[in-house]
Amino acid sequence: MTASGTFGYGEEFMDFFDISCLGGVLVKGTTLEHREGNAYPRMAETPQGMLNAVGLQNKGVHYFAEHIYPRIKDYDTHMLVNVSGSTIEDYIKTAEVVNELDNIPGIELNISCPNVKEGGMAFGTSCPSAVSVVEAVRQVYKKHLMVKLSPNVTNIAEIAAAVEGAGADSISLINTLLGMAIDAKTRRPLLSTITGGLSGPAVKPVALRMVWQVAQAVKVPIVGMGGIMNTTDAIEFMLAGASAIQVGTANFIDPCVTEKIVKGLEAYCIENGFDKVSDLVGAMEV
Amino acid sequence: MKKYIDDFKVIQNERLNDEYVILTLKHPGKMPEMMPGQFVEVRVDNGPNTFLRRPISIHDVDVEANTMKLLVQEIGEGTRLMGKLNEGDICNLVYPLGNWFSLPEKPRVLLVGGGCGIAPLLYMGRHLKANGFKPQFLLGARSEDGLIALDAFRELGEVHTTTEDGSVGTKGYVIHHPVMRTQTPEIDQIYTCGPEAMMKVVAKYAKNNNIKCEVSLENHMACGFGACLCCIADTLDGHKCTCTDGPVFDSTYLKW
Ligand SMILES: Cc1cc2nc3c(=O)[nH]c(=O)nc-3n(C[C@H](O)[C@H](O)[C@H](O)COP(=O)(O)OP(=O)(O)OC[C@H]3O[C@@H](n4cnc5c(N)ncnc54)[C@H](O)[C@@H]3O)c2cc1C
Ligand SMILES: Cc1cc2nc3c(=O)[nH]c(=O)nc-3n(C[C@H](O)[C@H](O)[C@H](O)COP(=O)(O)O)c2cc1C
Ligand code: FES
Repeated sequence: MTASGTFGYGEEFMDFFDISCLGGVLVKGTTLEHREGNAYPRMAETPQGMLNAVGLQNKGVHYFAEHIYPRIKDYDTHMLVNVSGSTIEDYIKTAEVVNELDNIPGIELNISCPNVKEGGMAFGTSCPSAVSVVEAVRQVYKKHLMVKLSPNVTNIAEIAAAVEGAGADSISLINTLLGMAIDAKTRRPLLSTITGGLSGPAVKPVALRMVWQVAQAVKVPIVGMGGIMNTTDAIEFMLAGASAIQVGTANFIDPCVTEKIVKGLEAYCIENGFDKVSDLVGAMEV
Repeated sequence: MKKYIDDFKVIQNERLNDEYVILTLKHPGKMPEMMPGQFVEVRVDNGPNTFLRRPISIHDVDVEANTMKLLVQEIGEGTRLMGKLNEGDICNLVYPLGNWFSLPEKPRVLLVGGGCGIAPLLYMGRHLKANGFKPQFLLGARSEDGLIALDAFRELGEVHTTTEDGSVGTKGYVIHHPVMRTQTPEIDQIYTCGPEAMMKVVAKYAKNNNIKCEVSLENHMACGFGACLCCIADTLDGHKCTCTDGPVFDSTYLKW
């Protein structure tokens, strides 16, 4: 699958390859209302990675349902909507709108956003707030509910178990790691927001560790991501316990990378005597 | 316009001075159409600090030879590595990206460039000439060293220059050149690319004199084709992507 915020609505990639080879596309982070996102600059390159502070720029879920959904609904892959919000009511209302869209088989609940009502702490950084938002959305959302965890926590396994208990059908991780960059020449931050989210190969060891820890703690399927650049990286996430993977930042460098990984996984299984890719899941030998 | 990802072969690396090179890249087959103002995203070497691609304008195109030229100013690790490419090396590009300069409605056209911002103006000049226009160029630099590729521009039209130290051309910034100082300007349309401060002054001049002005922005980019929303410019319609809605904007559309 392709990670939210890194693959547009899939359309941007159609010149490069046929996206029907993908298991799914996670469309851009979608909120209840239109959001302009943060000011420029929103991106800074860092060693083997990048910081972003896009700030969920999107036209809001109603615009999505009316104008974008009709364009993308017949794509021959699973189009999943990444849902974000600042209050539980936002999440509920957004999920309700997406629930009515027949060709969207699931949502990915991004609980890394700051909870405005509780002083801006991200929903995903404490068990009680994570549980309250997942339970609330579970009430109104009838299809596949994937919950995306923030890595900016002390004990990710605990949060994963809580989210599973609250009704998640699957768990995806990791969202970006909070980071920052400063220009020593100008003595100014490189992002308008000072801090931003780190992604790319720089975060891979952290992501892999978290996927493995969560795999020990939950029974629902895990979707792993964080710095996956090629087939080998994808296999490592599956060995750590991910049933599926998402690719984000790598799409910017090689827009065809996901097609290559799909083919690469097949080739790896043939070479190593696995009947199906799912045999790799959690197959790390210790 | 359809986008491609291809391995080009470096067939020439012409060093202009300490800071600038012109790379000539050959397409493996028949090169698709590209418009002036569009850019390419160059894969450097995926080293720790050159992980993302680098956006570089299309400097010139030779349709018959299936080649394109990139004018690269070495300002950091990525551009320095590009400057070291040798004949025969492979250079992977995602291209052609972004929108392009429009053709003018009226005949008198001025192209104003500074630094590596002169890059897209050569191809635009060629396009203008092919469409029957007589473009004039106004190129600015800190000193004589920074005024590059002048002969190529002279083949396409009249070239005016300014240098901050006065070593050649008019002393000062582009805005101090007589072509931009006349009471009744003899220009109908301006195209400009270069440092933002320069473009803002040019845009202001154009606005004050009722001249249509297109500017080409150089925002930092992660993808170059509309997938990340990192490259936004502030416009009358809110945030727009420099890589897909730009890099060329009408100057009055930008919130400058
Ligand atoms: C549409 C467009 C067209 C361009 N055309 C040309 C051209 O024809 N010739 C040329 O020499 N340069 C051009 N540039 C600028 C060029 O992209 C940067 O100089 C280059 O990315 C710097 O990389 P670096 O590794 O050498 O520098 P570093 O400063 O080490 O780069 C660090 C990071 O910042 C980014 N960055 C730094 N400066 C710029 C900049 N001015 N614009 C965009 N990103 C930047 C880099 O891409 C990289 O991610 C263009 C930029 C854009 C957006
Ligand atoms: C530019 C950019 C925008 C992103 N936008 C979103 C978003 O809207 N919602 C979300 O849940 N994650 C978002 N992410 C996080 C990615 O989906 C992914 O979790 C993260 O980048 C780690 O994977 P990677 O290293 O493969 O990129 C974004 C990441 C990037 C780089
Ligand atoms: S650089 Fe990614 S959207 Fe413009």
